[in-house]
Amino acid sequence: MATKSLKAKGDELAVSNKQLEILNGGIFAEGELPYFKDKINEIGHFPLRPAKLEILQINVGYMCNQVCEHCHVDAGPDRKEIMTRETMYQCLDVIRNTGAHTLDLTGGAPEMNPDFRWFVEEAAKAGIKDFIVRSNLTIIRANKKYYDLPEFFKKHNVHVISSMPHYTRGKTDKQRGDGVFDKSIKALQELNAVGYGLPGSGLRLDLVYNPSGAYLPGDQMALEADFKKALKEDFDIVFHNLFAITNLPIARFLDYLIASENYEDYMYALVEAYNPAAVENVMCTNTISISWDGWLYDCDFNQMLDLKVASKVKHIKDYNEDILNDRNIIISQHCYGCTAGAGSSCQGTVA
Amino acid sequence: MADTYYDPKDLRKFGKITEWSEELGTKFFDYYGSVFEEGALSAREKSLIALAVSHVVKCPYCIDAYTKDGLQKGITKEEMMEAVHVGAAIESGATLVHGVQMMNKYNKLSM
Ligand code: SF4
Ligand code: SF4
Repeated sequence: MATKSLKAKGDELAVSNKQLEILNGGIFAEGELPYFKDKINEIGHFPLRPAKLEILQINVGYMCNQVCEHCHVDAGPDRKEIMTRETMYQCLDVIRNTGAHTLDLTGGAPEMNPDFRWFVEEAAKAGIKDFIVRSNLTIIRANKKYYDLPEFFKKHNVHVISSMPHYTRGKTDKQRGDGVFDKSIKALQELNAVGYGLPGSGLRLDLVYNPSGAYLPGDQMALEADFKKALKEDFDIVFHNLFAITNLPIARFLDYLIASENYEDYMYALVEAYNPAAVENVMCTNTISISWDGWLYDCDFNQMLDLKVASKVKHIKDYNEDILNDRNIIISQHCYGCTAGAGSSCQGTVA
Repeated sequence: MADTYYDPKDLRKFGKITEWSEELGTKFFDYYGSVFEEGALSAREKSLIALAVSHVVKCPYCIDAYTKDGLQKGITKEEMMEAVHVGAAIESGATLVHGVQMMNKYNKLSM
Protein backbone atom coordinates (compact mmCIF):
# COMPACT_ATOMS: atom_id res chain seq x y z
CA MET A 1 0.00 0.00 0.00
CA ALA A 2 1.20 3.50 -0.81
CA THR A 3 1.63 5.90 2.13
CA LYS A 4 2.51 9.14 0.38
CA SER A 5 1.88 10.67 -3.01
CA LEU A 6 4.66 10.51 -5.58
CA LYS A 7 4.76 14.28 -5.34
CA ALA A 8 5.42 14.25 -1.59
CA LYS A 9 8.14 11.64 -2.08
CA GLY A 10 9.79 13.78 -4.73
CA ASP A 11 9.54 10.80 -7.07
CA GLU A 12 10.64 11.50 -10.63
CA LEU A 13 7.33 10.10 -11.88
CA ALA A 14 5.51 12.97 -10.14
CA VAL A 15 6.59 15.01 -13.15
CA SER A 16 4.22 14.48 -16.06
CA ASN A 17 6.97 14.86 -18.67
CA LYS A 18 8.79 11.91 -17.18
CA GLN A 19 5.63 9.81 -17.44
CA LEU A 20 5.14 10.79 -21.07
CA GLU A 21 8.76 9.99 -21.81
CA ILE A 22 8.25 6.47 -20.46
CA LEU A 23 4.93 6.04 -22.26
CA ASN A 24 6.32 7.12 -25.61
CA GLY A 25 9.70 5.43 -25.27
CA GLY A 26 10.90 1.83 -24.89
CA ILE A 27 8.64 -0.75 -26.48
CA PHE A 28 6.86 1.94 -28.48
CA ALA A 29 9.91 3.86 -29.71
CA GLU A 30 11.56 0.56 -30.67
CA GLY A 31 8.56 -0.38 -32.77
CA GLU A 32 7.80 -3.48 -30.73
CA LEU A 33 4.30 -2.11 -30.17
CA PRO A 34 2.41 0.26 -32.49
CA TYR A 35 1.70 3.86 -31.45
CA PHE A 36 -1.95 4.51 -30.54
CA LYS A 37 -1.99 7.24 -33.15
CA ASP A 38 -1.17 4.74 -35.92
CA LYS A 39 -3.76 2.27 -34.68
CA ILE A 40 -6.60 4.76 -34.83
CA ASN A 41 -5.31 6.18 -38.09
CA GLU A 42 -5.89 2.73 -39.65
CA ILE A 43 -9.61 3.12 -39.02
CA GLY A 44 -9.82 6.78 -40.00
CA HIS A 45 -10.08 8.19 -36.48
CA PHE A 46 -6.92 10.25 -36.48
CA PRO A 47 -7.00 13.01 -35.47
CA LEU A 48 -9.51 12.08 -32.80
CA ARG A 49 -12.27 14.68 -32.74
CA PRO A 50 -14.92 15.50 -30.15
CA ALA A 51 -18.59 14.81 -30.82
CA LYS A 52 -21.31 16.67 -28.93
CA LEU A 53 -20.32 17.73 -25.41
CA GLU A 54 -22.32 15.78 -22.85
CA ILE A 55 -20.26 15.66 -19.67
CA LEU A 56 -18.47 18.34 -17.71
CA GLN A 57 -16.04 16.72 -15.34
CA ILE A 58 -14.72 19.01 -12.65
CA ASN A 59 -11.81 18.01 -10.45
CA VAL A 60 -12.16 20.08 -7.28
CA GLY A 61 -8.79 19.08 -5.85
CA TYR A 62 -6.21 16.35 -5.41
CA MET A 63 -6.55 16.13 -1.63
CA CYS A 64 -7.78 12.73 -0.45
CA ASN A 65 -8.06 10.84 2.83
CA GLN A 66 -6.70 7.75 1.08
CA VAL A 67 -3.49 6.95 -0.78
CA CYS A 68 -4.56 4.11 -3.04
CA GLU A 69 -1.81 2.21 -4.74
CA HIS A 70 -3.35 2.54 -8.20
CA CYS A 71 -4.37 6.20 -8.07
CA HIS A 72 -3.89 7.92 -11.42
CA VAL A 73 -4.40 11.30 -9.75
CA ASP A 74 -1.55 10.70 -7.28
CA ALA A 75 -3.97 12.02 -4.68
CA GLY A 76 -3.46 11.89 -0.93
CA PRO A 77 -3.66 13.78 2.35
CA ASP A 78 -0.44 15.56 1.43
CA ARG A 79 -1.82 17.06 -1.79
CA LYS A 80 -2.89 20.65 -1.24
CA GLU A 81 -4.23 21.54 -4.70
CA ILE A 82 -7.81 22.65 -4.10
CA MET A 83 -10.26 24.53 -6.31
CA THR A 84 -10.98 28.03 -4.99
CA ARG A 85 -14.39 29.64 -4.81
CA GLU A 86 -13.34 32.03 -7.54
CA THR A 87 -12.77 29.14 -9.97
CA MET A 88 -16.00 27.55 -8.76
CA TYR A 89 -17.87 30.71 -9.75
CA GLN A 90 -16.36 30.37 -13.21
CA CYS A 91 -17.46 26.72 -13.29
CA LEU A 92 -20.99 27.70 -12.25
CA ASP A 93 -21.19 30.11 -15.18
CA VAL A 94 -20.20 27.32 -17.51
CA ILE A 95 -22.65 24.89 -15.88
CA ARG A 96 -25.50 27.34 -16.40
CA ASN A 97 -24.66 27.90 -20.04
CA THR A 98 -23.53 24.50 -21.23
CA GLY A 99 -25.35 22.02 -23.44
CA ALA A 100 -23.88 19.19 -21.37
CA HIS A 101 -26.42 17.09 -19.46
CA THR A 102 -24.03 15.59 -16.91
CA LEU A 103 -21.88 17.18 -14.25
CA ASP A 104 -19.26 14.92 -12.76
CA LEU A 105 -17.45 16.10 -9.63
CA THR A 106 -14.27 14.29 -8.84
CA GLY A 107 -10.96 14.60 -6.95
CA GLY A 108 -9.13 13.37 -4.77
CA ALA A 109 -11.97 13.18 -2.35
CA PRO A 110 -14.12 16.05 -3.62
CA GLU A 111 -15.85 16.26 -0.24
CA MET A 112 -12.58 17.48 1.31
CA ASN A 113 -12.69 20.76 -0.58
CA PRO A 114 -13.92 23.29 2.05
CA ASP A 115 -16.31 24.81 -0.50
CA PHE A 116 -17.65 21.45 -1.66
CA ARG A 117 -21.11 21.78 -0.09
CA TRP A 118 -21.56 25.33 -1.21
CA PHE A 119 -20.59 24.32 -4.73
CA VAL A 120 -22.97 21.34 -4.79
CA GLU A 121 -25.83 23.54 -3.60
CA GLU A 122 -25.16 26.16 -6.24
CA ALA A 123 -24.53 23.66 -9.03
CA ALA A 124 -27.68 21.69 -8.17
CA LYS A 125 -29.71 24.84 -8.78
CA ALA A 126 -28.35 25.04 -12.31
CA GLY A 127 -30.59 22.14 -13.27
CA ILE A 128 -28.14 19.69 -14.75
CA LYS A 129 -29.86 16.36 -15.52
CA ASP A 130 -27.34 13.99 -14.01
CA PHE A 131 -25.28 15.40 -11.14
CA ILE A 132 -22.56 12.96 -10.15
CA VAL A 133 -20.28 13.04 -7.14
CA ARG A 134 -17.46 10.49 -7.12
CA SER A 135 -17.09 9.47 -3.53
CA ASN A 136 -14.45 7.10 -2.21
CA LEU A 137 -16.97 6.04 0.52
CA THR A 138 -14.51 6.06 3.43
CA ILE A 139 -14.68 9.85 3.56
CA ILE A 140 -18.27 9.46 4.79
CA ARG A 141 -16.87 7.61 7.82
CA ALA A 142 -13.57 9.49 8.13
CA ASN A 143 -14.73 12.18 10.50
CA LYS A 144 -17.94 13.29 12.22
CA LYS A 145 -18.23 16.33 10.01
CA TYR A 146 -18.85 14.02 7.05
CA TYR A 147 -21.36 11.67 8.70
CA ASP A 148 -24.34 13.54 7.26
CA LEU A 149 -23.10 13.34 3.68
CA PRO A 150 -25.67 10.69 2.66
CA GLU A 151 -28.47 13.05 3.75
CA PHE A 152 -26.77 15.97 2.05
CA PHE A 153 -26.44 14.02 -1.21
CA LYS A 154 -30.07 13.01 -0.98
CA LYS A 155 -31.21 16.59 -0.42
CA HIS A 156 -29.58 17.66 -3.66
CA ASN A 157 -30.48 14.52 -5.56
CA VAL A 158 -26.84 13.78 -6.24
CA HIS A 159 -25.94 10.65 -8.16
CA VAL A 160 -23.29 8.89 -6.08
CA ILE A 161 -20.62 6.85 -7.83
CA SER A 162 -18.31 5.08 -5.44
CA SER A 163 -15.17 3.09 -5.79
CA MET A 164 -15.18 -0.45 -4.43
CA PRO A 165 -12.25 -2.62 -5.48
CA HIS A 166 -13.75 -5.93 -4.34
CA TYR A 167 -16.43 -7.50 -2.19
CA THR A 168 -13.83 -9.17 -0.01
CA ARG A 169 -11.92 -7.39 2.75
CA GLY A 170 -8.48 -8.71 1.81
CA LYS A 171 -8.45 -7.45 -1.75
CA THR A 172 -9.97 -4.08 -0.94
CA ASP A 173 -7.64 -3.31 1.95
CA LYS A 174 -4.60 -4.38 -0.02
CA GLN A 175 -5.30 -1.84 -2.73
CA ARG A 176 -6.67 0.98 -0.63
CA GLY A 177 -5.35 0.58 2.91
CA ASP A 178 -6.21 -1.23 6.12
CA GLY A 179 -9.73 -0.65 7.37
CA VAL A 180 -10.97 0.72 4.04
CA PHE A 181 -13.24 -2.24 3.43
CA ASP A 182 -15.11 -2.01 6.73
CA LYS A 183 -15.54 1.75 6.41
CA SER A 184 -16.75 1.40 2.82
CA ILE A 185 -19.30 -1.23 3.83
CA LYS A 186 -20.57 1.00 6.62
CA ALA A 187 -20.81 3.97 4.24
CA LEU A 188 -22.72 1.89 1.69
CA GLN A 189 -25.15 0.76 4.39
CA GLU A 190 -25.70 4.36 5.35
CA LEU A 191 -26.33 5.36 1.76
CA ASN A 192 -28.83 2.51 1.51
CA ALA A 193 -30.46 3.65 4.74
CA VAL A 194 -31.41 7.04 3.26
CA GLY A 195 -32.68 5.36 0.09
CA TYR A 196 -29.64 5.26 -2.17
CA GLY A 197 -29.33 2.28 -4.48
CA LEU A 198 -32.72 0.79 -3.69
CA PRO A 199 -34.51 -0.75 -6.67
CA GLY A 200 -36.81 1.81 -8.25
CA SER A 201 -35.20 4.56 -6.19
CA GLY A 202 -34.39 7.83 -7.89
CA LEU A 203 -31.33 8.04 -5.69
CA ARG A 204 -28.69 6.46 -7.86
CA LEU A 205 -25.81 4.59 -6.33
CA ASP A 206 -23.31 3.01 -8.69
CA LEU A 207 -20.05 1.33 -7.88
CA VAL A 208 -16.77 1.52 -9.72
CA TYR A 209 -14.52 -1.46 -9.90
CA ASN A 210 -10.96 -1.32 -11.09
CA PRO A 211 -8.55 -4.21 -10.95
CA SER A 212 -6.20 -4.35 -7.97
CA GLY A 213 -3.15 -5.11 -10.04
CA ALA A 214 -1.61 -5.45 -13.46
CA TYR A 215 -4.54 -7.00 -15.28
CA LEU A 216 -7.59 -5.84 -17.18
CA PRO A 217 -11.10 -5.93 -15.77
CA GLY A 218 -13.24 -8.91 -16.72
CA ASP A 219 -16.75 -8.77 -18.10
CA GLN A 220 -18.64 -5.89 -16.47
CA MET A 221 -21.97 -7.73 -16.27
CA ALA A 222 -20.49 -10.83 -14.69
CA LEU A 223 -18.59 -8.73 -12.15
CA GLU A 224 -21.73 -6.75 -11.37
CA ALA A 225 -23.66 -9.97 -10.73
CA ASP A 226 -20.91 -11.27 -8.40
CA PHE A 227 -20.73 -7.96 -6.50
CA LYS A 228 -24.50 -7.76 -6.14
CA LYS A 229 -24.78 -11.28 -4.84
CA ALA A 230 -21.91 -11.02 -2.36
CA LEU A 231 -22.77 -7.56 -1.01
CA LYS A 232 -26.42 -8.49 -0.59
CA GLU A 233 -25.76 -11.84 1.08
CA ASP A 234 -22.94 -10.69 3.33
CA PHE A 235 -23.95 -7.13 4.22
CA ASP A 236 -27.48 -6.60 2.93
CA ILE A 237 -26.19 -3.87 0.59
CA VAL A 238 -27.84 -2.99 -2.71
CA PHE A 239 -26.70 -0.71 -5.51
CA HIS A 240 -27.66 0.04 -9.09
CA ASN A 241 -24.79 -0.63 -11.49
CA LEU A 242 -21.17 -1.59 -11.41
CA PHE A 243 -18.77 0.17 -13.79
CA ALA A 244 -15.65 -1.79 -14.63
CA ILE A 245 -12.79 0.56 -15.37
CA THR A 246 -9.36 -0.23 -16.77
CA ASN A 247 -6.42 1.25 -14.88
CA LEU A 248 -4.48 3.63 -17.09
CA PRO A 249 -0.70 3.63 -16.88
CA ILE A 250 -0.43 7.02 -15.23
CA ALA A 251 1.01 8.34 -11.96
CA ARG A 252 0.93 5.80 -9.11
CA PHE A 253 -0.38 2.99 -11.28
CA LEU A 254 2.48 3.57 -13.71
CA ASP A 255 4.88 3.63 -10.78
CA TYR A 256 3.44 0.33 -9.53
CA LEU A 257 3.70 -1.24 -13.00
CA ILE A 258 7.34 -0.28 -13.31
CA ALA A 259 8.30 -1.24 -9.76
CA SER A 260 6.58 -4.63 -10.04
CA GLU A 261 8.15 -5.23 -13.48
CA ASN A 262 4.74 -5.49 -15.07
CA TYR A 263 4.91 -2.41 -17.26
CA GLU A 264 5.77 -4.07 -20.56
CA ASP A 265 3.39 -6.99 -20.10
CA TYR A 266 0.60 -4.62 -19.18
CA MET A 267 1.15 -2.48 -22.26
CA TYR A 268 1.22 -5.64 -24.38
CA ALA A 269 -2.07 -6.71 -22.80
CA LEU A 270 -3.65 -3.32 -23.53
CA VAL A 271 -2.45 -3.28 -27.12
CA GLU A 272 -3.50 -6.89 -27.66
CA ALA A 273 -6.97 -6.12 -26.31
CA TYR A 274 -7.27 -3.01 -28.53
CA ASN A 275 -10.83 -2.89 -29.78
CA PRO A 276 -11.42 -0.56 -32.74
CA ALA A 277 -15.15 -0.52 -31.93
CA ALA A 278 -14.38 1.28 -28.66
CA VAL A 279 -12.55 4.18 -30.32
CA GLU A 280 -15.63 6.08 -31.34
CA ASN A 281 -16.98 6.22 -27.79
CA VAL A 282 -13.91 7.03 -25.75
CA MET A 283 -14.69 9.47 -22.98
CA CYS A 284 -12.84 12.45 -24.45
CA THR A 285 -15.30 12.57 -27.36
CA ASN A 286 -18.13 13.81 -25.13
CA THR A 287 -16.37 15.17 -22.05
CA ILE A 288 -14.40 18.20 -20.97
CA SER A 289 -12.28 17.88 -17.85
CA ILE A 290 -11.62 20.96 -15.73
CA SER A 291 -8.78 20.98 -13.23
CA TRP A 292 -8.76 22.52 -9.75
CA ASP A 293 -7.02 25.59 -11.16
CA GLY A 294 -9.41 25.98 -14.08
CA TRP A 295 -7.42 24.53 -16.98
CA LEU A 296 -9.26 22.50 -19.58
CA TYR A 297 -8.36 18.98 -20.65
CA ASP A 298 -9.74 16.28 -22.93
CA CYS A 299 -10.10 13.93 -19.96
CA ASP A 300 -9.00 13.38 -16.37
CA PHE A 301 -6.04 11.30 -17.58
CA ASN A 302 -4.74 14.03 -19.86
CA GLN A 303 -5.17 16.37 -16.90
CA MET A 304 -2.81 14.26 -14.83
CA LEU A 305 -0.30 14.22 -17.70
CA ASP A 306 -0.74 17.99 -18.00
CA LEU A 307 -1.79 17.76 -21.64
CA LYS A 308 -4.04 20.81 -21.92
CA VAL A 309 -6.62 20.97 -24.72
CA ALA A 310 -5.29 21.85 -28.14
CA SER A 311 -7.54 24.89 -28.51
CA LYS A 312 -7.38 28.66 -28.32
CA VAL A 313 -9.63 28.24 -25.29
CA LYS A 314 -7.49 26.60 -22.64
CA HIS A 315 -8.88 28.00 -19.41
CA ILE A 316 -12.34 28.11 -17.93
CA LYS A 317 -12.27 31.89 -17.75
CA ASP A 318 -12.29 31.96 -21.58
CA TYR A 319 -14.75 29.07 -21.92
CA ASN A 320 -16.48 28.85 -25.26
CA GLU A 321 -18.09 25.56 -26.15
CA ASP A 322 -18.12 26.09 -29.91
CA ILE A 323 -14.45 27.01 -30.14
CA LEU A 324 -13.56 24.23 -27.75
CA ASN A 325 -15.47 21.62 -29.64
CA ASP A 326 -13.50 22.40 -32.77
CA ARG A 327 -10.27 20.80 -31.59
CA ASN A 328 -8.15 17.71 -32.01
CA ILE A 329 -7.97 15.52 -28.94
CA ILE A 330 -4.49 14.94 -27.59
CA ILE A 331 -3.61 11.28 -27.42
CA SER A 332 -0.69 9.16 -26.29
CA GLN A 333 -0.04 5.50 -25.46
CA HIS A 334 -2.09 5.67 -22.25
CA CYS A 335 -5.17 5.92 -24.50
CA TYR A 336 -4.88 2.19 -25.18
CA GLY A 337 -6.42 1.85 -21.72
CA CYS A 338 -9.68 3.35 -23.00
CA THR A 339 -9.94 1.04 -26.00
CA ALA A 340 -8.95 -2.30 -24.47
CA GLY A 341 -11.58 -5.04 -24.60
CA ALA A 342 -15.02 -3.59 -24.04
CA GLY A 343 -13.41 -0.18 -23.64
CA SER A 344 -13.29 1.93 -20.51
CA SER A 345 -14.59 5.27 -19.38
CA CYS A 346 -15.72 6.88 -16.16
CA GLN A 347 -19.08 5.21 -16.85
CA GLY A 348 -17.60 1.77 -17.41
CA THR A 349 -17.44 -0.08 -20.71
CA VAL A 350 -18.13 1.78 -23.93
CA ALA A 351 -18.17 -0.81 -26.73
CA MET B 1 19.49 -14.73 -17.69
CA ALA B 2 20.18 -18.34 -18.57
CA ASP B 3 18.14 -19.81 -21.41
CA THR B 4 15.31 -22.00 -20.25
CA TYR B 5 12.81 -24.16 -22.07
CA TYR B 6 9.95 -21.91 -21.03
CA ASP B 7 9.91 -18.19 -21.81
CA PRO B 8 6.89 -16.27 -20.45
CA LYS B 9 7.04 -14.00 -23.53
CA ASP B 10 6.27 -17.01 -25.75
CA LEU B 11 2.71 -16.99 -24.44
CA ARG B 12 2.12 -13.76 -26.40
CA LYS B 13 3.01 -15.70 -29.57
CA PHE B 14 0.47 -18.48 -29.00
CA GLY B 15 -1.79 -17.05 -31.70
CA LYS B 16 1.01 -17.50 -34.25
CA ILE B 17 0.48 -21.27 -34.10
CA THR B 18 -1.98 -20.77 -36.98
CA GLU B 19 0.84 -19.57 -39.24
CA TRP B 20 2.15 -23.08 -39.88
CA SER B 21 -1.25 -24.65 -40.22
CA GLU B 22 -3.94 -22.12 -40.80
CA GLU B 23 -6.80 -24.59 -40.99
CA LEU B 24 -6.09 -26.69 -37.93
CA GLY B 25 -4.93 -23.72 -35.88
CA THR B 26 -8.10 -21.78 -36.65
CA LYS B 27 -10.25 -24.79 -35.87
CA PHE B 28 -8.52 -25.12 -32.54
CA PHE B 29 -8.96 -21.47 -31.58
CA ASP B 30 -12.62 -21.50 -32.65
CA TYR B 31 -13.20 -24.56 -30.53
CA TYR B 32 -11.22 -23.12 -27.63
CA GLY B 33 -13.20 -19.88 -27.79
CA SER B 34 -16.51 -21.74 -27.79
CA VAL B 35 -15.52 -23.92 -24.84
CA PHE B 36 -14.90 -20.90 -22.67
CA GLU B 37 -18.10 -19.07 -23.50
CA GLU B 38 -20.77 -18.77 -20.85
CA GLY B 39 -22.82 -21.98 -21.03
CA ALA B 40 -24.34 -24.48 -18.61
CA LEU B 41 -21.23 -23.65 -16.61
CA SER B 42 -20.41 -20.02 -15.95
CA ALA B 43 -17.25 -18.47 -17.39
CA ARG B 44 -16.10 -18.14 -13.78
CA GLU B 45 -16.47 -21.88 -13.11
CA LYS B 46 -14.71 -22.71 -16.35
CA SER B 47 -11.83 -20.46 -15.42
CA LEU B 48 -11.35 -22.34 -12.13
CA ILE B 49 -11.51 -25.70 -13.91
CA ALA B 50 -8.92 -24.47 -16.41
CA LEU B 51 -6.69 -23.33 -13.57
CA ALA B 52 -6.89 -26.71 -11.85
CA VAL B 53 -6.19 -28.56 -15.10
CA SER B 54 -3.25 -26.23 -15.86
CA HIS B 55 -1.63 -27.46 -12.69
CA VAL B 56 -2.39 -31.08 -13.37
CA VAL B 57 -0.90 -30.91 -16.88
CA LYS B 58 1.85 -28.72 -15.43
CA CYS B 59 1.71 -26.07 -18.12
CA PRO B 60 3.39 -22.86 -16.93
CA TYR B 61 1.81 -20.85 -19.75
CA CYS B 62 -1.68 -21.97 -18.75
CA ILE B 63 -0.99 -21.35 -15.07
CA ASP B 64 0.01 -17.75 -15.87
CA ALA B 65 -2.92 -17.29 -18.21
CA TYR B 66 -5.59 -18.67 -15.88
CA THR B 67 -4.25 -16.98 -12.77
CA LYS B 68 -4.59 -13.72 -14.66
CA ASP B 69 -7.98 -14.75 -16.02
CA GLY B 70 -9.14 -15.52 -12.48
CA LEU B 71 -8.01 -12.09 -11.28
CA GLN B 72 -9.86 -10.47 -14.17
CA LYS B 73 -12.99 -12.32 -13.18
CA GLY B 74 -12.69 -11.22 -9.56
CA ILE B 75 -11.90 -14.74 -8.33
CA THR B 76 -10.11 -14.69 -4.98
CA LYS B 77 -6.81 -16.35 -4.19
CA GLU B 78 -8.56 -18.67 -1.72
CA GLU B 79 -10.87 -19.89 -4.49
CA MET B 80 -7.92 -20.35 -6.82
CA MET B 81 -5.96 -22.38 -4.29
CA GLU B 82 -8.97 -24.58 -3.58
CA ALA B 83 -9.22 -25.29 -7.29
CA VAL B 84 -5.55 -26.27 -7.36
CA HIS B 85 -6.17 -28.64 -4.45
CA VAL B 86 -9.04 -30.22 -6.33
CA GLY B 87 -6.67 -30.84 -9.24
CA ALA B 88 -3.99 -32.14 -6.89
CA ALA B 89 -6.44 -34.45 -5.10
CA ILE B 90 -7.67 -35.94 -8.36
CA GLU B 91 -4.15 -36.27 -9.66
CA SER B 92 -2.86 -38.03 -6.54
CA GLY B 93 -6.04 -40.09 -6.34
CA ALA B 94 -5.47 -41.14 -9.91
CA THR B 95 -1.96 -42.23 -9.06
CA LEU B 96 -3.09 -44.07 -5.98
CA VAL B 97 -6.05 -45.81 -7.57
CA HIS B 98 -3.56 -47.49 -9.92
CA GLY B 99 -2.29 -49.13 -6.77
CA VAL B 100 -5.27 -51.45 -7.18
CA GLN B 101 -3.89 -52.54 -10.54
CA MET B 102 -0.54 -53.11 -8.90
CA MET B 103 -2.19 -55.16 -6.16
CA ASN B 104 -4.16 -57.18 -8.71
CA LYS B 105 -1.05 -57.90 -10.74
CA TYR B 106 0.97 -58.72 -7.67
CA ASN B 107 -1.66 -61.12 -6.41
CA LYS B 108 -2.02 -62.75 -9.81
CA LEU B 109 1.69 -63.33 -10.15
CA SER B 110 2.23 -64.49 -6.62
CA MET B 111 1.59 -67.92 -5.22
S1 SF4 C 1 -8.02 6.39 -6.11
FE1 SF4 C 1 -9.56 7.81 -5.35
S2 SF4 C 1 -9.71 7.34 -3.18
FE2 SF4 C 1 -7.81 6.46 -3.88
S3 SF4 C 1 -6.24 8.02 -3.50
FE3 SF4 C 1 -6.96 8.30 -5.60
S4 SF4 C 1 -8.57 9.81 -5.46
FE4 SF4 C 1 -8.24 8.99 -3.39
S1 SF4 D 1 -6.99 8.69 -22.21
FE1 SF4 D 1 -8.26 10.49 -22.48
S2 SF4 D 1 -7.63 11.28 -24.48
FE2 SF4 D 1 -6.96 9.17 -24.39
S3 SF4 D 1 -8.64 8.00 -25.30
FE3 SF4 D 1 -8.93 8.01 -23.08
S4 SF4 D 1 -10.32 9.68 -22.74
FE4 SF4 D 1 -9.43 9.99 -24.77
